[in-house]
Amino acid sequence: MQLSREELLKAYRDMATIRRFEERVQEEFSKGGIPGFVHLYAGEEAAAVGVCSHLRPQDYIASTHRGHGHSIAKGCDPSLMMQELFAKRTGLCGGKGGSMHIADLDRGMLGANGIVGGGPPLVVGAALTAKTLGRNTVAVSFTGDGGSNQGTTFEAMNMAVVLKLPAIFMFENNQYGEGTAYEYAVGSRDIAGRAAGFGLPAVKVSGDDFFAVHEAAREAVERARSGGGPSAIEVDTCRFYGHHSGDAQLYRGKDEVRRLRDERDCLKHFRRRVGEARLLEATALDRVENEVTALIDHAVEIARAAPPPDPDVLLHDVYVSY
Amino acid sequence: MPFKSIRQALNEALAQEMRSDPRVVVIGEDVAGGAGTEGQRDAYGGVLGVTKGLIGEFGEARVIDTPITESAIMGAAAGAAVTGLRPVAELMFCDFLGVCFDQILNQAAKFRYMFGGKAKTPLVIRTMIGAGRSAAAQHSQSLYHIFTSVPGLKCVVPSNAYDAKGLLIQAIRDDDPVIFCEHKLMYDLRAEVPDEPYTIPFGEANIVRDGDDVTVVALSRMVHYADEAADALAKDGIECDLIDPRTTSPLDEDTILESVERTGRLVVVDEATPRCSIATDVAALVADKAFAALKSPVRRVTAPHTPVPFAPSLEKLYIPSPERIAAAVREVYEYRG
Repeated sequence: MQLSREELLKAYRDMATIRRFEERVQEEFSKGGIPGFVHLYAGEEAAAVGVCSHLRPQDYIASTHRGHGHSIAKGCDPSLMMQELFAKRTGLCGGKGGSMHIADLDRGMLGANGIVGGGPPLVVGAALTAKTLGRNTVAVSFTGDGGSNQGTTFEAMNMAVVLKLPAIFMFENNQYGEGTAYEYAVGSRDIAGRAAGFGLPAVKVSGDDFFAVHEAAREAVERARSGGGPSAIEVDTCRFYGHHSGDAQLYRGKDEVRRLRDERDCLKHFRRRVGEARLLEATALDRVENEVTALIDHAVEIARAAPPPDPDVLLHDVYVSY
Repeated sequence: MPFKSIRQALNEALAQEMRSDPRVVVIGEDVAGGAGTEGQRDAYGGVLGVTKGLIGEFGEARVIDTPITESAIMGAAAGAAVTGLRPVAELMFCDFLGVCFDQILNQAAKFRYMFGGKAKTPLVIRTMIGAGRSAAAQHSQSLYHIFTSVPGLKCVVPSNAYDAKGLLIQAIRDDDPVIFCEHKLMYDLRAEVPDEPYTIPFGEANIVRDGDDVTVVALSRMVHYADEAADALAKDGIECDLIDPRTTSPLDEDTILESVERTGRLVVVDEATPRCSIATDVAALVADKAFAALKSPVRRVTAPHTPVPFAPSLEKLYIPSPERIAAAVREVYEYRG
C-alpha cells in the first residue's frame, strides 16, 4: 500500500521523536535529573511506529518496561511523558508511575509494564471489551524476546485464539533479554514459529525496515478489525543502548553498537528508501528532525522546571471510592 | 421473605446485575461448561453450580468459558475492566492464586495509583475458600489475608446468603477490584433473601449477637462456629458480642474497637493460618488502639501454621472448632491478671 506524503512525514516524525526523546533521556538520566531506571528504545522505532500508524485513538496497546517508544507512537504527549520521567506533579501519571509504568488511557495506552510478560493478558482483556461491546477496535501487545518466553504470553495467545479476539501480539526481538542472548533463551529460536503453534497467523519481518513492519501490521490490524481474530508479528530489531541506562553491556562486543548504528538504523533506512523512491526530499526530513529536536529540548526545560508531587498524593488514588 | 441458599443468592445477584448492566460479564473455567463437547452446554454452571443457567439467558458472549488458564483469565479480566467491561472472573479455588497472582497484585491492584488516578478497574474475582472436604493442601486454603494485605484490592468474606447477595451486587457496582471469597462448605446454607436487588456497603460489620462479656470477631464459616460456641457459653452466663466484619478490606475498625471498649476482652476466630493473618491484624488493631480497655490477653483461634491435611481426622483438628472457640472465650473471661 502506497503511503501518502503526509503519512510518510508523520511516520518519520514519530520515529525521530522517539529517537530524540531517548537520546535526551539518556543525557538527562546521566546528569541525575531522572530518578529510578530507564530502558531506552532507540534502534527499535520502526516497530512501534510501523504498528501504531494503523491504530486509532480508541484502539489499545500494552507495552513493556521499554515503553517510551510505544507511548509516543500511540500519541502520548512527549512533554507530559518527560515530566513524568522527571517525577513531576504535572507528569502523565502525576509522578506516581515513572518510566516503567507510564500510561495514558485516553490515548489507548494501557501502560508500560514493570513485569515482563505482564501486557499480553491485559491486551486479551482489551480485545474482549471490544468484542463484547461491539466496538470496532483492536488491541496490540508489545512484548520483547524476553517476554516471549513467559507463560502469561503463551496463555494470552491461546485464549485470544480460543475466543477469536481482535488482538495482535507484536514481538520485538532485540536480541537480548537483559544480558542474555535470545539464541540462548528462546529454545526454538523462532518466536513467530512458536506463536504460529498457538494457531495464530504469524510472520517475521525486519525491524530495520519500517515499510516491512507497516505492511505486516496492516494485514494483522485488518484481520483483527474485520473479525478474523488474532495475529502475531516478530520483528527482528536491535537496541542502541543497554538493557537499562547505565548497563555496562559486558555481554556484547565493543563495536557491536557502532556497527548496529551504521548498518541497522531504521531511521537511516527510511531516509534512504524514501530518497531513492523520490517520495520525500532530504530537506523535508531534516526539517522534521530540527522540529523534533526543538520539541524535546522544550520538553526537558518544562520538565526540569515543573514542581514535584504534593506530599498529600502519597495517600491518594489507591481506591476510587476512598 | 423467601429462604435461599448462598448458591441461589449469588446466582440471583449475578443475573440481576447482568440484566441491568450489559457491561457485566462472567468469565472463567466451566462457568457454563460443555463448550466444544457433544454433550450439553451449561454442563457445570461453575464447579459448584453458582453460575448455572446464566448462559441460557445471557449467551456465550457474556458467560465466557475459558481454557484452564488462570493468568490469562485474571489478566484479561483486569484488561477488560480497565477498558470498559465490568467482569466477574472466577478463580475456581483461591489456592490457584499461585499461578495468576501477578495479574492481581501488580496489574489490577496498581493501575489506579500507578497511572496517577486515571484508571478505574471495576473487576470482581469470585473465589472459593475453606477446608472441610478433604480436598487437602492445594484446594482448601483460606487466603483472604493475602488479598487484604494488597493496597488497591478490596476483600469480601460473606458468612450468609443475605450478605452474599448484597455484597456481591455491591462488588459488581464497585469501581475498584474486589476479591469475593466464598466458603465451599456454605453454598447450601439458607437464609431469608429478598428477591429484589440490594447492596450492603463495604466496611460495615454485622453484629451477629450482642453481649457485654467478650468480643468475638469471626469470619466466613467461623461466624457459625463462633455463634454455636456463644450459645453454649450463654448457658453458663457468658455473653459474647459476636462481630462478623463481612469485608476484610476495608475493615470496620470502629465496630470492633467500640465493642472491645465495652467488653475489655477479645477472641478472634479465623480459619486461615495464623502468621500475618486477619486474626493477627485484628489483635494488633486492638493492642494499638484499645489497649487501655483490655482486661485480659487477646486470644486468636486459628488453623495451625501448617498446610491443610488430607485425612479427615487431621483436617478436623486443623479447623477451629466451636469447642476451641468456647475454651478461648472462657479463658479470657476468667482471666484475672
